[in-house]
Amino acid sequence: MTQPPRKIGGTLLKVDGISLAFGGVKALSDISFEIREHEILAIIGPNGAGKSSMLNVINGFYHPQQGAITYKGATRSQMRPHEAAAQGIARTFQNIALFRGMSTLDNIMTGRLLKMKTNFFMQALYWGPALKEEIAHREVVERIIDFLEIQSIRKTPVGRLPYGLQKRVELGRALAAEPELLLLDEPMAGMNVEEKEDMCRFILDVNDEFGTTIALIEHDMGVVMDISDRVVVLDYGRKIADGRPDQVRANQDVIDAYLGVGH
Amino acid sequence: MLYREAGQFKTSYPADQAIFPIPQDRWSLAIVLVAAFAVVPMVANNYWLVSILIPFLVFSLAALGLNILTGYAGQVSLGTGGFMAVGAFAAYNLAVRLPQLNYIVDFALAGLIAAAVGVLFGLPSLRIKGFYLAVATLAAQFFIEWLFTRVPWFTNYSSSGVITAPKMQMFGFDLSDPVSRYLITLCIVTVLTLAAKNMVRSAVGRSWMAIRDMDIAAEIIGIRPLHTKLLAFAVSSFYCGVAGALWVFFYIGAVEPQAFDINRSFQVLFMVIIGGLGSVLGSFLGAGFIVFLPIALNNAAALFGGALQADTLSHLELIIFGGLIIFFLIVEPLGLARLWQIGKEKLRLWPFPH
Repeated sequence: MTQPPRKIGGTLLKVDGISLAFGGVKALSDISFEIREHEILAIIGPNGAGKSSMLNVINGFYHPQQGAITYKGATRSQMRPHEAAAQGIARTFQNIALFRGMSTLDNIMTGRLLKMKTNFFMQALYWGPALKEEIAHREVVERIIDFLEIQSIRKTPVGRLPYGLQKRVELGRALAAEPELLLLDEPMAGMNVEEKEDMCRFILDVNDEFGTTIALIEHDMGVVMDISDRVVVLDYGRKIADGRPDQVRANQDVIDAYLGVGH
Repeated sequence: MLYREAGQFKTSYPADQAIFPIPQDRWSLAIVLVAAFAVVPMVANNYWLVSILIPFLVFSLAALGLNILTGYAGQVSLGTGGFMAVGAFAAYNLAVRLPQLNYIVDFALAGLIAAAVGVLFGLPSLRIKGFYLAVATLAAQFFIEWLFTRVPWFTNYSSSGVITAPKMQMFGFDLSDPVSRYLITLCIVTVLTLAAKNMVRSAVGRSWMAIRDMDIAAEIIGIRPLHTKLLAFAVSSFYCGVAGALWVFFYIGAVEPQAFDINRSFQVLFMVIIGGLGSVLGSFLGAGFIVFLPIALNNAAALFGGALQADTLSHLELIIFGGLIIFFLIVEPLGLARLWQIGKEKLRLWPFPH
């Protein structure tokens, strides 16, 4: 089901003429699109199309050779990932990137680091403001744990968790930062149907309840067509389509990219 | 009685986040502290205090320092000996040149100086990781040792290159007897251990562990890698520096730079590995293992005094010591702290297997 269009606002992030090359390999060439406030945008494309590279450009991992990114009205050329995080961009990874030695609770607490303000010496005392802050953030994290229904694994080291739950914890860690823009790199890869349904529900709920703008990469077309408001299609580093799911589905270039064309 | 968690429900987040949420842990720690502060000074003789317990505490502090850097923040370092030397020589120079300073202030300043040196040699950690970083910290080890050997100012122009700790006095009390030395060392180690425990369970500790486990994801979350790593180097070197100062002032009394050579760095690193990376308790267990075991072996060997030659005995000691290290690492590569944790998990279910 597509979300009702009324809640989608103006442009949150605008990607303008981005080109990215690694040596002679062109990962992205002249990509432009925009992400609107409160929408769910899917970025799809065959393997190697440059989808993950695109996310890496948005949150400052890769620095494109050309083009600019305008986020909340401010244009930037280069930015480090932690600066992107400070501006409210959070993400999850295609291959799970959790802190394996830490518990679920600690992993999600880590997501709130940017919001924690007490200084190092107060933390070493673990007293007064530092203790108060720790408890306050614990409460927020517990709400996220409730939301994602992972109460029972709160104290379990994430390395011991099954894959589906790890993906969920990673989403929780990203949510803990209370992002305005959430980038999800294949949130449903390798999951069974039930886990996928759960994850879809969480994504829709996050979008609905917190108003978080979501850009996600996904290969499951059923999921993409169901939950996204708009779809951007990349192929060989170029944008070949951009529009509502039903428009994209009917687009001849997209069909060719996925099914191949006779020569 | 038994170590059972069943039925202990936490009803508030402060209770759940307490430093020792389980009453049995609180009681055992209280007993250990009472024993260390009250019983030991009454019953232990000077040999035990000076040759066993004080070095155990000093090594525990150094191991704790290295554990913060290597175990929690994931930055391998072979510069521990160097940072201990900085602390030792800084405390010595402060005591000699500014005799009006209180010794506690001396030690704190010595720790801070070591921290500054640690930050300087931690700078390469932004670019290099793992074994390569270990080699880079080796530079700190050799440079600092060379500096204190070659520049006589640091040893206050002592002809032998040995620094001798001045007589310990604080607030007008003479503190050079073994019991006071032990108690001051114990106080300093206790306070710094509590601080370390607090650090690793709050935001700063989580950012260290995040950098250790997955530095890319940590950066995405908003952790500044350089800042976090350098803070780990600073805190770690502070602990090692204070340990070095305690070494001179409370343990040996007189020391040359070679006391803090590469072997010292390896010794502390072994303590951390055997005790358990990323565990405060492990630092103490590892230090205990390395300090107590040779003494125990020595005493055991003495029983065979007549039957075997002295040099055979000392060789046997080394062989058994090495064998035990290998045995423990095979049985539990994550260290003694992990064994302790497994034991706790088993006790939680006892007498049932699951």
